[in-house]
Amino acid sequence: MTTLEEVPVAAPQRAVAGRPVRRRLRRREWLWGLAFIAPNGLGLLAFYIWPVFQTLYYSFTEWGAFGGHTWVGAENYVKLLSDPEVVKALKNTLLYAGLVLLGVPVSLVLAALINTPGLRGAAVYRVLYFLPVVTMPAAVGMVWRWLYNGDIGLINHVLSLAGVEGHHWVADPRFALYATAVVGIWMTVGYNMVIFAAGLKGIPKDLYEAAELDGAGPIRQFFGITLPMLSPTAFFVTVLTSIGALQVFDVIYLMLGSNSAALRNPAIDENQTIVFLFFERAFVDNDKGYAAAIAFVLLLVILLLTIVQFRAQKRWVHYA
Amino acid sequence: MPERVARRTWPVHVVLVVGALIMVAPLLWEFLTSVKSFGESVRVPPTILPETWDWSNYTKVFDSIPFGQQLLNTVLMTAGRTAGQLLLCSMAAYAFARLAFPGRDLIFMLFLSVLMVPSQLFLIPQYQIMQELGWLNSLQALIVPGVFSAFGTFLLRQFFLSLPKDLEEAAGLDGANPLRIYWHIMLPLARPGLVALGILTVLWSWNDLMWPLVVNNDPEQMTLSAGLATLKGEHFTDYPVLMAGSLLATLPVIVVFIAMQRRVLEGIAFTGTKG
Repeated sequence: MTTLEEVPVAAPQRAVAGRPVRRRLRRREWLWGLAFIAPNGLGLLAFYIWPVFQTLYYSFTEWGAFGGHTWVGAENYVKLLSDPEVVKALKNTLLYAGLVLLGVPVSLVLAALINTPGLRGAAVYRVLYFLPVVTMPAAVGMVWRWLYNGDIGLINHVLSLAGVEGHHWVADPRFALYATAVVGIWMTVGYNMVIFAAGLKGIPKDLYEAAELDGAGPIRQFFGITLPMLSPTAFFVTVLTSIGALQVFDVIYLMLGSNSAALRNPAIDENQTIVFLFFERAFVDNDKGYAAAIAFVLLLVILLLTIVQFRAQKRWVHYA
Repeated sequence: MPERVARRTWPVHVVLVVGALIMVAPLLWEFLTSVKSFGESVRVPPTILPETWDWSNYTKVFDSIPFGQQLLNTVLMTAGRTAGQLLLCSMAAYAFARLAFPGRDLIFMLFLSVLMVPSQLFLIPQYQIMQELGWLNSLQALIVPGVFSAFGTFLLRQFFLSLPKDLEEAAGLDGANPLRIYWHIMLPLARPGLVALGILTVLWSWNDLMWPLVVNNDPEQMTLSAGLATLKGEHFTDYPVLMAGSLLATLPVIVVFIAMQRRVLEGIAFTGTKG
């Protein structure tokens, strides 16, 4: 690495009085740079980067009941492929992510509405829509369980007023994942709306003025200008929302989980997601080798889906 | 003209009000339940407004879980992580944005790669590090791994890159070293960026669930998030008390958000457009 620094002074005939000073500064800058990066860099190395490799190693080991682990080769991965629990969890995770993505167009429309010129109270709307984003998930899970309660929940009461029969939404395997996804959407719509609103600000006003002169109404303006101009933002939001939804844990744990085996929610086995399964294997069953393999399957799924999304963007994303 | 605008915007208001009701109703219901007596809360059909406003649920929270201690743990964890990230991330970000040294871009790529890895891939070894240090059920366990951040470094680097260079160049000619430039020139200029990162870190730390759940299982060492999660209304089905606890736990961040709403939303928008 020092050679890079030595090259300029290797031509002595061109050296002028200021050069050695400059060179010393450069070398000092090198040291300063490393010193500035070191605290965060070493922390990331110890707590984030090295652990990934360690987890990779663990995924090839089996953990005993009393600690210690032995190398078992690809056994965990072979077991994974035929483990109905993992396959089920993968399907659930993909379904959940697909459902939560339905919230993305909703956020887009909300952002466009809030951006309506001359709209009063836009700031108030923004705050109200953002409240679920900042609310503690533990509190969110608590109140939604209560709302979804089959016997005394508010949702079933409102449904009964409309003559519709309710269900035990979070205890019934048929509905639990959908009920959870509704909460997932509720928690992310405001966040995505704010990002879309920022994207809307970047669309030049004269495009709309020209459209107005051509007699295009607000609906045609939305589909003709807003949507294509916003497609890079929509792509970004879609990718981020998918990555987040594929890692769903909080709402599943809080709404479908339970603290004791005796009170296990009958819906959880049918509706658990990959990260929930990872958490149970790693920290409840202490089956950390298998959990590590599950984590790598998740990484693979996220990578694959992100690559697919990046490939598909050519079809629908317009970069100005 | 104003009349035309008003006429045009009322359908928009109708849609937005309905949406806002859906957003706020669960939180409102949480509050209304928290001030009902247990008997009233489980009545069918439910009452909307409480017959008698029963504020005692808010004191009962303190008997059900060590709420005060968990609140303190949450505050300390949030403060520790936020202070640490602001310092460490701004230092690294300054170096990435302004100092030239071999391997810089390579190291930056390594930082970025951390952003793309789902957290489950470092959770098990992180837990083991805590175990080996004897830090399980401690405040350090809650704080230390959260002090380092690739995201924060990335965010602040983008911010530093957008700042003009004149001031630091003038200081450099006057012989100021990078530490002085960082501390006296860059940090004051970067205040909006630091505020954005600070707010985001506060929100995420306060609400963080999985890590606190994994490392601290002694109720006295738990955060509010984990403490509430372990109540979850299983053995404990006094819903009004659960709602009161949830609201109390989440109130601080809601207050921070409403007080600093413009900064928060700008910060989110900034990560969205620059990230």
